[in-house]
Amino acid sequence: MPIRTRNAYTFLAPYLLVFAAFWVWPIISSFLISFQNTRINPWKYSLSINWGRLFSDPAFYNALYNTLIILVIQVPVMIAIATVMAVLLNSPLLKARSLFRFAFFAPVVVGEVAYAAVFRLMFSYDFGIINKLIAAVGLTPVSWFDNAHAAMALVIIAVTWRWAGYNAIIILAGLQSIPEDVYEAATLDRVSKVQQFFHITLPLLKPIILFCVILSVIGTMQLFTEPFLITNRGGPGGGTETLGLLLYRQGFLSLNFGYASAVAYTMAALAVAISLLNLWIGRDPK
Amino acid sequence: MTSKSQSLLWRKIALHLALTPLAIIWLFPLWMMMVFSTMPDFGIFSPEIILWPSTNFLANFANLQADTDFIGAMITSVCVATIYTVLSVLLTSMAGWALARYRFFGRSIIIAIILGTITLPFAVVVIPQFIMVAREFRLANTWVALIVPPLFNSLGVLFMRQAFSMMPGELFDAARVEGVKEWQIFLRVALPLARPTMAALAIILFLQSWNNYLWPLLISSKPGTMTAPVALGTLIGLTKVSWGGIMAGAMLLTAPILVVFVFLQRHFIAGISAGAVK
Repeated sequence: MPIRTRNAYTFLAPYLLVFAAFWVWPIISSFLISFQNTRINPWKYSLSINWGRLFSDPAFYNALYNTLIILVIQVPVMIAIATVMAVLLNSPLLKARSLFRFAFFAPVVVGEVAYAAVFRLMFSYDFGIINKLIAAVGLTPVSWFDNAHAAMALVIIAVTWRWAGYNAIIILAGLQSIPEDVYEAATLDRVSKVQQFFHITLPLLKPIILFCVILSVIGTMQLFTEPFLITNRGGPGGGTETLGLLLYRQGFLSLNFGYASAVAYTMAALAVAISLLNLWIGRDPK
Repeated sequence: MTSKSQSLLWRKIALHLALTPLAIIWLFPLWMMMVFSTMPDFGIFSPEIILWPSTNFLANFANLQADTDFIGAMITSVCVATIYTVLSVLLTSMAGWALARYRFFGRSIIIAIILGTITLPFAVVVIPQFIMVAREFRLANTWVALIVPPLFNSLGVLFMRQAFSMMPGELFDAARVEGVKEWQIFLRVALPLARPTMAALAIILFLQSWNNYLWPLLISSKPGTMTAPVALGTLIGLTKVSWGGIMAGAMLLTAPILVVFVFLQRHFIAGISAGAVK
């Protein structure tokens, strides 16, 4: 082996070891387990037991449906808000920039459990501040935890609050890498600011925004803590049960590892499919 | 005033009119977290709108400590996050160094695989990880189980690789001519130069470990290895607990990180935008 190669692999070894043990093997293992009956001891291969059940399980379709609904609404809304935040923060006209930056970026450092707790109190039906404010402006208070649609909206609101700033940071970094003279030339040609945004900024930001979309899709795909802690274990009555929660219940409460692995593989397949779709949308037009 | 500077002024006003409500909405939950953590339970559940902090934080904290050993859990969290951060920075720096500074067989394949894993959800590995760690190695409720499996980190490696590949190669070649060993070049020349990047990465890794919930929830349930988010999570949803206590715990998890964030914003932002930089 060339000495360079040996040196390189010495430096890579610990990392590759962790990778092999905790990612490569689990990915293979998860696939194998998904074809086993894990409810008997010892486990036995039974090719269709989990996958067959998966495609006829109303709980799976419910979780899939919920996950996709959250995905389809939450990711575009959040990316739009994040883009607005980033563009406004990037404006040279802005005063007190660090204060606004703090406001948008602070949720990035807040842990899921801490914010789940505060969202539960804020959105409580009887004494939650949100319903008090809704009542104060003369509207009907919303039953956030007992109505499936409202609970779903709450999960979307919570996730958007938590992650919009994170995406804004990435988009802001992208904005700052656009050279200033592109805009100067456009201004000289009397292109309005709004047109500059749609014809210069957005096209140049496209790869960054796609990167954010892919990261967000993967995050939202495995949403667990929010429906687990905020809407009380996927309530009401499975109304906010996501694939992540179904995986948790099947794998770690019912200890049915085989079925949970089938759910996990479905999630991975969806994540890969949506990422590929995004890359295809973002490909360079020839 | 000329019409040009007048339109500039209007644009300035419009910008701030757009940003201020958004900023208030975004800060509101954090403000309420602080307000709740200082209110007695009867205040939290009162029909009035209360927007200002009270003085009940210490009593709330005492309730929290009675419901779950939160101080113990905080100590566990600090230790786990610190050890994790040190190990992870070392591991990702070494791998990043190899991928940035050596041309070797398999390099581009390894980079492609690391990039590819970014799109793989944790869900696809969590079950075998759990079976391996908890059942086969019987490591549930140990620090090893909390620290080692999450060590694999794709973005960290790419981030460090970026930092090392931007350094001038002559520096390392000069050391090689002097006969300095490769690992000494890494430790004595490369790592000190990469210090700002390592700081940014360390902050993000610490934060990740500090806030991590699902894996510690699965793997540790006993005092001594139970992390603070897990301890707090066990209270949420129970009926006979103090909500003021829960909010005091949420505040204790969040406030130190927020304070650090105020002072080291630049590093946080560098760490988070790392993944997007080509």
